[in-house]
Amino acid sequence: MTVSKRFRWSAVLDHSILIMGALLMILPVVMLLQMASTTDVHTMKNGPGLVFGDQLPLNFQKAMFKADGFTGANTGVRMLYNSMILGFGFAIGKIVVGMMAAYAIVYFRLRFATLAFWVIFTTLLLPLEVRILPSYEIVQKLGMLNTYQGLIIPLIASATATFFFRQFFRAIPEELVEAARIDGAGPIKFFVDILVPLSRTMIAAMFIIMFIYGWNQYLWPTMITTDEGMYTLVRGIKQITQVNEGTNLPEYGRSNLLSIIAILPPVLIVIFFQRWFVKGLTESDK
Amino acid sequence: MKRAGFSHRWLPILFLVPQLAIIFVFFYWPALHAIRSSFFLQDPFGFGENFVGLKNYTAMFKSAAYMRSAWFTVIFTVLVTVLSLSIALLLAVKADKVIRGAKTYRTLLMWAYAVAPPVAGVIGLVLFDQSWGPIKDFVALFGWDFRLGVNYFDTAFAMIFVSVWKQLPVNFIFFMSGLQSIPKSVREAALIDNRSASGRFWDVTFPLLAPTGFFLLITNITYALFDTFGIIDTIVKGKPGNNPMTLVYKVYVDGFRGNDLGGSSAQSVVLMILVLALTVFQFRLVERRIHYT
Repeated sequence: MTVSKRFRWSAVLDHSILIMGALLMILPVVMLLQMASTTDVHTMKNGPGLVFGDQLPLNFQKAMFKADGFTGANTGVRMLYNSMILGFGFAIGKIVVGMMAAYAIVYFRLRFATLAFWVIFTTLLLPLEVRILPSYEIVQKLGMLNTYQGLIIPLIASATATFFFRQFFRAIPEELVEAARIDGAGPIKFFVDILVPLSRTMIAAMFIIMFIYGWNQYLWPTMITTDEGMYTLVRGIKQITQVNEGTNLPEYGRSNLLSIIAILPPVLIVIFFQRWFVKGLTESDK
Repeated sequence: MKRAGFSHRWLPILFLVPQLAIIFVFFYWPALHAIRSSFFLQDPFGFGENFVGLKNYTAMFKSAAYMRSAWFTVIFTVLVTVLSLSIALLLAVKADKVIRGAKTYRTLLMWAYAVAPPVAGVIGLVLFDQSWGPIKDFVALFGWDFRLGVNYFDTAFAMIFVSVWKQLPVNFIFFMSGLQSIPKSVREAALIDNRSASGRFWDVTFPLLAPTGFFLLITNITYALFDTFGIIDTIVKGKPGNNPMTLVYKVYVDGFRGNDLGGSSAQSVVLMILVLALTVFQFRLVERRIHYT
């Protein structure tokens, strides 16, 4: 009797801790959504509350189609489009470049393979943030400010994906490439018909991590894009909160809803592709 | 390299060229450029530069603003790392233990991984809003007159709060996967040996999680140093003023806004050395990493 009772109390405690943790993570976003469902006048007077209003469609329309600034180019739709390009461009670029380099290092007899390896993997040591100004200058010299190339390519200059695929390729049994060679497959055929299909799960896992990473970039887009038509959602939010600062009636509904739209695609990916996401995260970071 | 690898003259080079080209243009060139600029004093109007040796460095370490920012970075990093690691560990242990709703809890605790740092900053602005922020209202009950962006301590508190919140999911996911890799036989043996749950945790689970913990320690330090940029920039609304700022934010403010290229480069080089030291430390830990399974 006492044992079962003590057991139940500890379960209640466990669940309470977990529920508190879950609320801590969720309530802030629910709060943003609630504020986006009432009028801005109401929000300005009362702040976040418990009752949802009926302003969501109106605020959604403002968030997607209204723009501010001089050019009027930074509408929600435009920023969503730019974020998609950054997310997909970065993820695809990084995976393609990384897989190719990893293939060359693992599967070819190269005289300078060790050198190439070290040249590539030194880049894992220094994040973009510590060389941000000279990187900006170089992009400027190359005339790539306010372009998608300038936004995406410098972000690819670190070897996380290459390292990840190198580890994966090395774990593939030697017999596979031997068998392929006996059957007369050349290096390109082996890569396209055997190695790439074999890496499908790895590619999916890597894609999810890289898409989220690219989508959530902030410092680099802030420096590289000054043209409002090039803003991504994550970069554009700052502009809107700053515009809010200077006005008598800040557009809480619009800015909060834009914040939610900015996190929605990556959050949905994490929720629906949870297994691949966890795999990609825990196996790529080590 | 595989023993049965292909030998081909130009194909591997072709495969390596995109990666190497990007790295040379956007990694080695800027990194070397930063190191070089740190020894020069640039003319603010772009008319040449003078070699000044280590003057940028000595000026930096003598600057009260730099040292204040350095101390803030240390305290910020320690607090963010310790708090987010310990809260995430507690949640992971509980989520690993419960049977009912385990999957729901896991999803609810990890989705925020995908929240961009500036959005986390926006959440901070709302939670601590001067007129109706819920947390500001709550702490007011205890007589704490919270002033975000005005009071140094209060602003630092909000930055740490939001940074911990944002990092919880990452730590949770890694602790969860660490816990799940503990073999069932070990758990059962511990169950027989040790009746008390907390005893089992400290004697068996905690040591087995140590490799994950060390790895996360480095990850969290790197996060607090670099990835919190978006949170800090949003919370100070782009106007650093007298507000607390981390070293990375200072590199940006001095170099990009203040046009002090030499000084900013010297700051970058110090950060590079810091990250290098951390990474070397991490590699050594990984080498010595103990596997129990």
